[in-house]
Amino acid sequence: MVADSQPANTQFAQDHARRVMAKRIRGIFRSILIHASLIPAAFVFTLPFLWMLSTSLKPDVQFYAYPPVVIPSPFQWSNYPDAVKFITFFLYLRNTLTIAVLATIGVLISSSLVAYSLARIPWRGRNFLFILTVATLMLPFQVTMIPLFLVFKNLGWVNSWLPLIVPHWFGGALYIFLLRQFFMTIPMELSEAARIDGANELKIYYSIILPLSKPALATVAIFEFIARWRDYIGPLIYLSDQEQYTLSLGIYEYQTQYGAEWGLLMAASVLITLPIIMLFFFLQKTFVQGIALTGIKG
Amino acid sequence: MGRYLTSTNRIRAIQLEILSPAMATATATANLPRRRLSQGTRHTINGLLFASPWIFGLLVFWIYPTLASAYYSFTKYNGVRNPTFTGLANYIELFTKDEEFLAAVYNTVYFAVVSIPLAIIFAFGLAMMLNAKIRGQVVYRTIYFLPTLVPEVALALVWIFIFTPHNGLIAAPFRAFGSRGPCWLTCAEWARPTLVLLALWIIGQQIILYLAGLQDVPQDLYDAADVDGANFLSKFRNVTVPILTPVVFFHLITSVIGALNFFAIPYIMTGGTGFPANSTLFYSIYLYKNAFHYLEMGYASAMAWLLFMFTLVVTLVIFRSARLWVFYAGGED
Repeated sequence: MVADSQPANTQFAQDHARRVMAKRIRGIFRSILIHASLIPAAFVFTLPFLWMLSTSLKPDVQFYAYPPVVIPSPFQWSNYPDAVKFITFFLYLRNTLTIAVLATIGVLISSSLVAYSLARIPWRGRNFLFILTVATLMLPFQVTMIPLFLVFKNLGWVNSWLPLIVPHWFGGALYIFLLRQFFMTIPMELSEAARIDGANELKIYYSIILPLSKPALATVAIFEFIARWRDYIGPLIYLSDQEQYTLSLGIYEYQTQYGAEWGLLMAASVLITLPIIMLFFFLQKTFVQGIALTGIKG
Repeated sequence: MGRYLTSTNRIRAIQLEILSPAMATATATANLPRRRLSQGTRHTINGLLFASPWIFGLLVFWIYPTLASAYYSFTKYNGVRNPTFTGLANYIELFTKDEEFLAAVYNTVYFAVVSIPLAIIFAFGLAMMLNAKIRGQVVYRTIYFLPTLVPEVALALVWIFIFTPHNGLIAAPFRAFGSRGPCWLTCAEWARPTLVLLALWIIGQQIILYLAGLQDVPQDLYDAADVDGANFLSKFRNVTVPILTPVVFFHLITSVIGALNFFAIPYIMTGGTGFPANSTLFYSIYLYKNAFHYLEMGYASAMAWLLFMFTLVVTLVIFRSARLWVFYAGGED
């Protein structure tokens, strides 16, 4: 190269090489440092689940062993069939699934209709309705809890699934907000063109907006399903008959007057956690986008 | 024009919008021409129709209960007999006679004040590290998110198990040094900090929020800072933090509301007893107990309204303060 004959340039090239080298070393050093703090954090974050899993496979004598038994030996697989038999697990599973699925369907239909109204139809009063919607997000649930309970009691709905399902058929504020933000990103020209072609709003909603919003709808569906699957206070308030219990109430039955059946309890906990974790693994992108959508684009 | 339509015509117009276009045209030509409705009126009718489930839901599940609970808060009411009006008696009793109430307020405020800043620091810090171009970002993110997926009941129970003093997993490192370790959830002085510690486990959503925010930071801002010879710390202070303030703002608002409503985990852990010595008696738990254990629905409603007012004031203060510290990339206004 020409540079070879010019000492100044050689100097420059050497300097440059050294700088690149230093930068690379610094980069490696930095990533080691980052991993060194991320890995212990990861360990701490997985600990509850790992310990749940490990305990679910332990025989009784190893629960409080010292030093702690991390990998049980032998694996007591029988904890799982025993856990399912100890309480009426499948009944509670059926109850939980029924409530979660029906509430999810309801919230999807109603929230998307309302969000369509707020985002795609220019009518007077929609801004006011939107502000009211956001305001309900600030309202602590304890404020409405007591009168709602009394309303459902007077309807004769207490101790049935209805209070846990029916309200969701009238829309959820957070989902309306989320879907509205998403619907607003779809170009208005699509609706206007369809209107000129004579399509009514229901048709635009159904055949244009919904198909274009599948990611947002999926987010709503997953969030609501998981919220209902995990719900604790709803069933606690409204369900008193054991026949109606969801898994989050039924799981208490492992605590008997003789103490907790920790092995069975942890096996059942693994069983009710696993479906959600699997959902998350397969639909990670939807989750992450959904969380970002509720949080930032406000 | 639509203003002059009679109510039957209005209903017809509503039907027109819902029925299939073919039928609508058929009816329209036969009877009331749809052109008579101005565009604006048609939009209003459609807007109201599409929003009607939520308008109904708002009235029945939000506005009516809110007003009703305001009324109940001035009464003595067990949910069965008619409420009897007692004026401010509930509020006066709360502040002057009820020591459990004051304990619940203290615990809840303690929890909010200690756990929220820690949650912000940890979530922000972990997201910063995740945002560095490192291997396994997705794996780490999944792991940090994991505890938020475990149902609260399962999480609370496994925590009780892990935090059993002397025997639980948490005691193992202390035993290695021949110490008995703290008493965690079983004594008053440790129960509150332990719950703060446990709450730090469920910050997965916030980590994802911060990470999404960090990925939105335009690279040219950092490049420009590099040209100016800025070091890591000044880039962090002058680029990263300002751009992420909206996320911190959102996190702050939602976590204040979340902390004031903290219920399921301490309730499951203690059965709502507030054991030990009322140190885990949170506001929501005491409210729930008043409503559904003691059937003091009026008293509980007064507590709910106080909570509502307090939430409102705190969020308003945060919103007000936003103009001082929240930076919006879109510019001022």
